[in-house]
Amino acid sequence: MDSSVIELDDLEVRFGKRAILKKLKASLTGRSIGLLGPNGAGKSTLLNTLLGFHKPSSGTARIFGRDIRTHAREVRSLIGYMPENDSFIASMSGVRFVRLMAELAGLPHEHALERAHEAFFYVGLGEVRYRALGTYSLGMKQSAKLAQAIAHGPKLLFLDEPTNGLDPPARARMIQLIQEIRDRGDLHIMVSSHLLRDVEECCDEVLILKDGNIAAFCNLEEERRSNRRFLEIETHGSNNGDFLTSMEKLGCETAQGAQGRIKLILPDGLEVRRLYEVAAEQNVQIRRLNHKRDSLEDIFLKAMETGDAK
Amino acid sequence: MAVYKKTYRPYEGALTSSWRRLLVIPRYAFEDLYRSKFLTIFFLASFIQPLVAAILIYVQHNAAVFNLVGAQGANRLISINVTFFMSNLGWQSMLALFLASFIGPGQVSPDLANNALSLYLARPFSRTEYVLGKMSVLLILLSMMTWIPGLLLFSYQGYLEGWEWMKTNIRFATGIFFGAWIWILILSLLALALSAWVKWKPAAGGLMFGVFFVAAGFGATINGVQRTNWGHLFNISYLIGSVWVWLFEGSNKTTNGAVFFRAPQGEELPLWCSWTALAVLCLICLYMLARKIRGMEVVR
Repeated sequence: MDSSVIELDDLEVRFGKRAILKKLKASLTGRSIGLLGPNGAGKSTLLNTLLGFHKPSSGTARIFGRDIRTHAREVRSLIGYMPENDSFIASMSGVRFVRLMAELAGLPHEHALERAHEAFFYVGLGEVRYRALGTYSLGMKQSAKLAQAIAHGPKLLFLDEPTNGLDPPARARMIQLIQEIRDRGDLHIMVSSHLLRDVEECCDEVLILKDGNIAAFCNLEEERRSNRRFLEIETHGSNNGDFLTSMEKLGCETAQGAQGRIKLILPDGLEVRRLYEVAAEQNVQIRRLNHKRDSLEDIFLKAMETGDAK
Repeated sequence: MAVYKKTYRPYEGALTSSWRRLLVIPRYAFEDLYRSKFLTIFFLASFIQPLVAAILIYVQHNAAVFNLVGAQGANRLISINVTFFMSNLGWQSMLALFLASFIGPGQVSPDLANNALSLYLARPFSRTEYVLGKMSVLLILLSMMTWIPGLLLFSYQGYLEGWEWMKTNIRFATGIFFGAWIWILILSLLALALSAWVKWKPAAGGLMFGVFFVAAGFGATINGVQRTNWGHLFNISYLIGSVWVWLFEGSNKTTNGAVFFRAPQGEELPLWCSWTALAVLCLICLYMLARKIRGMEVVR
């Protein structure tokens, strides 16, 4: 059985003559998928297309195997959506609004009310749930948007710039909520953001868009695992090159930098402890050792450079 | 689960049918409307006229009532005929215009002003269902003000006059029913379309009156300046009046419309022109709604 959460099958979206998404092809399987890209890359358009707000001009996409062209209603019943902009009815109380949205998603009246209360407590707005949404602060509105997105228990949650305009404590709280939801494992999450840190903290798979194309697609977990073998050490007394040769004999890939800095990729099975043993044998001091890893920023910048080169 | 257990849990219960979901919007809208004392009083007051009409039907059939006050034979002054039913529909339809102007703009504009449409349409809920849900609020309320009391009056008159009268005048009933529905449909579409385009509620309400009265004035100006009758195409009450006359009387016309909805004698346009103009108005409203009721507005 196909395990992909979202499958993009040559998806193209045009507004008039302008192509916004250009033949996207990818299979996203992660529990939490990040959608990265600079402004205007097509992140929100992709989310809106998956929700059925924009019609693909060619190709299609499938969510849990259901085609967005032919099963739009079914697809939307699986999704919870937290939009980027303010979206609410100002005069409605928070809990009544979330109840309305849950009922529209198909929950019976009494369940919708119960879950609206729960969702409000969950996002930390329990005490203000009877206040009109128009009186909420920006951070509270963001949380209320998250509450309406999860109240009906979706299988896939679309979060479009979830930390937009939040102060640091509110941002930390929002990230914590997203991580909690992710770690429970009941639903998949797709986070669209231009903030690398948000995506890095919440996601295990990243799709980077640029000018409507896929600039990069990587599994952050695998990326992190592979980078565990990448070391950067600072040595003293290894200028004669013997230490490097010994490392290569152990199967390491090496590169020597200035002032005794050496970059190493360790082969499988070689413990870091062995480095210290060889260094001791050759009277070389290892003064610093870093497990260097390719950060999401590196991946993002690389993707942007590759995109520019194209 | 108790609310103090602040964890996320998936929903595994039953889901409602799409028909029940369609009723969610009117249910919430009615809850909001009943909170307004003004609207509740206005709505209840709109039944005074049908009540008076029912009393007139009663006394017309009960000469003894007049005898009590020494006005023998006064009941013969009351005629329960096409003018009576059409006037009743005219009064109620004018009140319906006021009610639609009050509540219509509040249906769509708050959703658009706060970008809530994307949340409605991100659910298993289509644009058509959204419009139907919003429209049903007006359809129900305006029906209760127009054709339902109209048909009740017709039935009451038929009950007092007898089966033969009902059979002879069945066209009154169909006229009330279809005439009112045409008016309700136009009012509802116009109210929703204007509220979709003018996000400020009072302005949308004002514009409703503008479409009816200013456009009629514009039409009259065209008639005056050009010495023609075609300006009536801008006069919605004229168009409705001419259609009502046909619905109530067919080609054997004895009236020129109802109160507020009159097609002056000698200034009649071909009937198909009235139908076409009303159809065009509906299509324009539908186009306006289709442009605005979207999950996400596209800037090309």
